[in-house]
Amino acid sequence: MFLKDYVGTVYKSVRSLLTGMKVTGYYFTHPKEIQTQEYPDNRATLQMFDRFKGEVIMPHDDSNEHRCTGCQACEIACPNGTIKIITKQELQPDGKKKKAIDAFVYHLELCTLCNMCVSACPSDAIKMGQSFEHSVYDKRQLKKILNKPGSKVMEGVE
Amino acid sequence: MKPLLEISLSGFASQIDAWLNAALGGGTLVVATEMVVTGVVLLGFLVVLCFFLGYMERKVAGFIEIRLGPNRVGPKGSLQIVADTVKLLMKEGITPASSDKFLFHLAPVIVVTAALLAVAPIAFAKNLQIWDLNIGLLYVSAVSSLAVIGILMAGWSSYNKYSLLGAMRSGAQIVSYELSVGLSLISIVALTGSLKISDIVMAQQDGWWIFKGHIPVLISFVIFLIASTAEINRAPFDLTEAEQELTGGYHTEYSGMKFAMFLLAEYINLFVVSAIAATIFLGGWMPFHLGHWQAFNGIMDWIPSSMWFMGKTLFVVFIIMQFRWTFPRLRIDQLLNLEWKYLLPISMVNTILVALITIMGWHF
Amino acid sequence: MNLLGEPEVTEEGEFIINIGPQHPSTHGVLHLKVWLDGETIKKVEPHIGYIHRSIEKMSESLSYRNFIYVTSRMDYISAHINNQACALTVEKGLQVEVPARARVVRVLLAELTRLASHQLWWGCTGLDLGAVTPFFYAFREREAILDIMEETCGARLTQNFMVPGGIMYDIHPNFQNRVKTVLIQVKEKLKEYDELVTDNVIFQGRVKGVGVLTAEDAISLGITGPSARASGVSCDVRKWFPYEGYENLQFDEVLDTGGDCLARYMVRMREMKQSIHIIEQLIDNIPEGDFQAKTKMVIKLPKGEFYQRVETARGELGVYIVSDGGSSPYRIKYRTPNFSNLWALPVLAKNAKIGDLISIMATLDLIIPDIDR
Repeated sequence: MFLKDYVGTVYKSVRSLLTGMKVTGYYFTHPKEIQTQEYPDNRATLQMFDRFKGEVIMPHDDSNEHRCTGCQACEIACPNGTIKIITKQELQPDGKKKKAIDAFVYHLELCTLCNMCVSACPSDAIKMGQSFEHSVYDKRQLKKILNKPGSKVMEGVE
Repeated sequence: MKPLLEISLSGFASQIDAWLNAALGGGTLVVATEMVVTGVVLLGFLVVLCFFLGYMERKVAGFIEIRLGPNRVGPKGSLQIVADTVKLLMKEGITPASSDKFLFHLAPVIVVTAALLAVAPIAFAKNLQIWDLNIGLLYVSAVSSLAVIGILMAGWSSYNKYSLLGAMRSGAQIVSYELSVGLSLISIVALTGSLKISDIVMAQQDGWWIFKGHIPVLISFVIFLIASTAEINRAPFDLTEAEQELTGGYHTEYSGMKFAMFLLAEYINLFVVSAIAATIFLGGWMPFHLGHWQAFNGIMDWIPSSMWFMGKTLFVVFIIMQFRWTFPRLRIDQLLNLEWKYLLPISMVNTILVALITIMGWHF
Repeated sequence: MNLLGEPEVTEEGEFIINIGPQHPSTHGVLHLKVWLDGETIKKVEPHIGYIHRSIEKMSESLSYRNFIYVTSRMDYISAHINNQACALTVEKGLQVEVPARARVVRVLLAELTRLASHQLWWGCTGLDLGAVTPFFYAFREREAILDIMEETCGARLTQNFMVPGGIMYDIHPNFQNRVKTVLIQVKEKLKEYDELVTDNVIFQGRVKGVGVLTAEDAISLGITGPSARASGVSCDVRKWFPYEGYENLQFDEVLDTGGDCLARYMVRMREMKQSIHIIEQLIDNIPEGDFQAKTKMVIKLPKGEFYQRVETARGELGVYIVSDGGSSPYRIKYRTPNFSNLWALPVLAKNAKIGDLISIMATLDLIIPDIDR
């Protein structure tokens, strides 16, 4: 009885070990299972998902116009103080003054990419960009001004 | 059919011997020169081999773990290990302030020396053997257990509790597993009737022991693989290092070149163990022959004997590497259980069976 | 000196080692002070606080819309479920009805998170016990699940997809197809997991009968989640206090009686199958409609106290909000599962070997940032 148990234990143990080795042996002999993405080399073909949250961007159209009215909803919505909007009074052609943005300052180094600003924006002026290669040698370079120089707010965006 | 390499390695060695005798007029000087030359050649060979084994291990691990393994430095990453060695050489070797300095520096040297000593009686190819002493196997098993002194020394002198625990584990482990290794070697010694490596290889001229010796030799082969994996402290028996428990065990405090020496010793030990397994169970440099198929045997003879030896050794190395990348680590008490409750009784019974086979002449 | 400032006493032959704060198997900055007699552990004293970021206090200064994202950083492996707990608490205070579509998507994402979390745990358990390979196999399936997260939520770990009243945006058109593909892959690979680790004799030896947690201890220490269910304590919040429509779903609360490391392991392995079962029920039945209820721009909770608990991958997460009627919480308290589960460790590790301590830690599945918050 003892001997039977003993031999049974040894048999079962060896079998379980061989099963494990079969699994690893399978992967060793099937290089097509390899999952590695050789990242810097595949940069040309690497496509991020369209919803991927990489950074906040402000799209401009061909005539260098954006949709930001300077309402500061994003600045309030941001949990980390990432966004700072500096406004100015702009003279309209009809002689009225109108509030417009001077600089949309975005601190990427503070941003947690939580998307709260984008969902707070009433005029779809900002959205999430797919770029993710943000490393720089000097953190001051991470402070970005999102509106391009000389840009204006789009007609009809209130 | 003649082997592929017309000037075989052995022929090359005897040519050098003849040339040296002629140039230096024989005597002690020739022997001394030959010793130095052999030592340098062997060291060079072993370092290159360790580079290769390191590369192989990382590639095997990579493929098993559905990764690519090193592939940046050199063609297919083959120079990665060289780059790593250069890095280790240039790193600062930190000595802990409260360590026993002398023993701390001595320990890696002892570990490497013990590993190198065991290479001496290995037959690399036909007639290519450094020292064909008549107690070859006994010598190997005696010398390979010296490494535990170095490991204990490293653990003790580091003045680190993790190191000490690792070293103490290693003591218990190597002493126990020595027995099973010895018993599985004895089964082949009984079949051959000699401890001499060249005799053991010649006895396998008409077939390797693993085929000729029925199931008992197969069992000893498996036991030898398991026990020797434990003896060289490789996973799943790497309790002395046990990264997840002891953060590195006996070599926790070592860095730079001294750490590289432990690594070197590990790979030399891996090679020695695999070479011994290949020699005594798989026929060493003997080609694979099948009965009376003359054409087939001719083709097999055509492959040089050094290739046969290295091929078999690397096969065993691969198995031991696959162990490492497949199994979880044992606990210290389970490690001892495995030895004293399973491997040792089984190999004892197995030895009796082998003795029976030898006496009755049942083997082929 | 110990935590109370008393001088440490070591008996003859005892010695103390510090496992952590930097150690390969504490998965973070947990510091365990271990009294050893040879290889046997006499006593374990966890020292915590190395990664304390005062998330509770931070949450008190943020608005009800904004504090949710911070909780992703507690138990970062099941960030989604943390966010869900916060969103649910705020919804409870607002008395807002969450659209059916949002509820189903939340459950789907929560179960996917649980699946990914258990896969990470499986890989790490293998790694802790010395087998490196399972880690990579587990990550392969986890990557597939994280791709779903990335496609729909835009981030892999800290999704911040839950907002009070629903989800941030609608699911991606590929979502259903992708989930179905992943489920097929995971179901196939679970067999391989068993072959590689579960049935392995060395693994069985390392976990069987090690670190037995009795049901009484589990209850008195406040252990929840799979670790408690392995001791036979029925504590699945999804069954006892259903939320988000879990009451309408068919699934079993996975229970085991062993209480040892193997039982904890098996409970998690079986929970993966239950999660797959839940996802399969819902994936073809996502109702049409809004994904977000209308809420005010600035959320103000009525004066009072609100508590909501959810079942994360590691146990019960409770969110307790005291509101003074303002736009940010007056006081927030998170009852995190890992903080409670950690205190099983000193009980379980007593008289175990060092190797056992690692198995116990691995199967308790501790996430250190969740302990310290």
